[in-house]
Amino acid sequence: MADQVLDAKGLNCPLPILRAKKALNSVPTGGTLEVLATDPGAVQDFEAFCRTTGNELVESKSAGGVYTFLIRRTA
Amino acid sequence: MSETATMTTPAAAPAERANVKSMSLIVTKGTLDWAYPPFILATTAAAMGLEVTMFFTFYGLTLLKKKLDLGISTLGNPAMKMPLAGMHVAMPNLLSALPGVGGLATVMMKNLIKRKGVASIEELRALAIEAEVKMIACQMTMDLFEYRLEDLIEGPVLGGAATYIEAATRSDINLYI
Repeated sequence: MADQVLDAKGLNCPLPILRAKKALNSVPTGGTLEVLATDPGAVQDFEAFCRTTGNELVESKSAGGVYTFLIRRTA
Repeated sequence: MSETATMTTPAAAPAERANVKSMSLIVTKGTLDWAYPPFILATTAAAMGLEVTMFFTFYGLTLLKKKLDLGISTLGNPAMKMPLAGMHVAMPNLLSALPGVGGLATVMMKNLIKRKGVASIEELRALAIEAEVKMIACQMTMDLFEYRLEDLIEGPVLGGAATYIEAATRSDINLYI
């Protein structure tokens, strides 16, 4: 279970990333954030976001048109 | 102990911190559609840890006005094809020139933006300010178009080409939009 969950469904680029960044700020280092999104571009974007910021993308999956990203705050 | 010896070393400015990337953007266009690329890139870069500077010049300066009243024009814009009844429709120039057509296209675009979950420019601008994106308002454009300082939101500094170039020389990414 993630420390925090962010529902970014229905939001388009760049809002899922911007909201996730804001949510990550309140996750303790080592803690996790789960992001739910419907923007297909978010798949590549969360990979790029995590690579650039140094946070860990623990999991990226999709089911029924909803993408779920699990990010561990390491930066 | 002397007074100077007790002073602490001031914290390094963000740009001087090791490994902090930076980006600058020249924002020259002030229509609703063209307002998106600079604000999307600036807010995203800031969220990814970059230090961002935006230089608003010519028509881009209008994006710093307190009250945004942005519109689009279909005139001379053949690539702008709006989804309509399952098709994509471009507006012929002859029709675009008619009074009211630009306003209608703007209303259509704003409805589309809302329906597709795209942020408004007001929202992206507020997020940019919140993310401490540095904004420079072009002084020459202020004079040229007779803008008053009180017309603009609080936060941007007034500056010119040299102010931008200084930021650009320190930046890893420089974009002209």
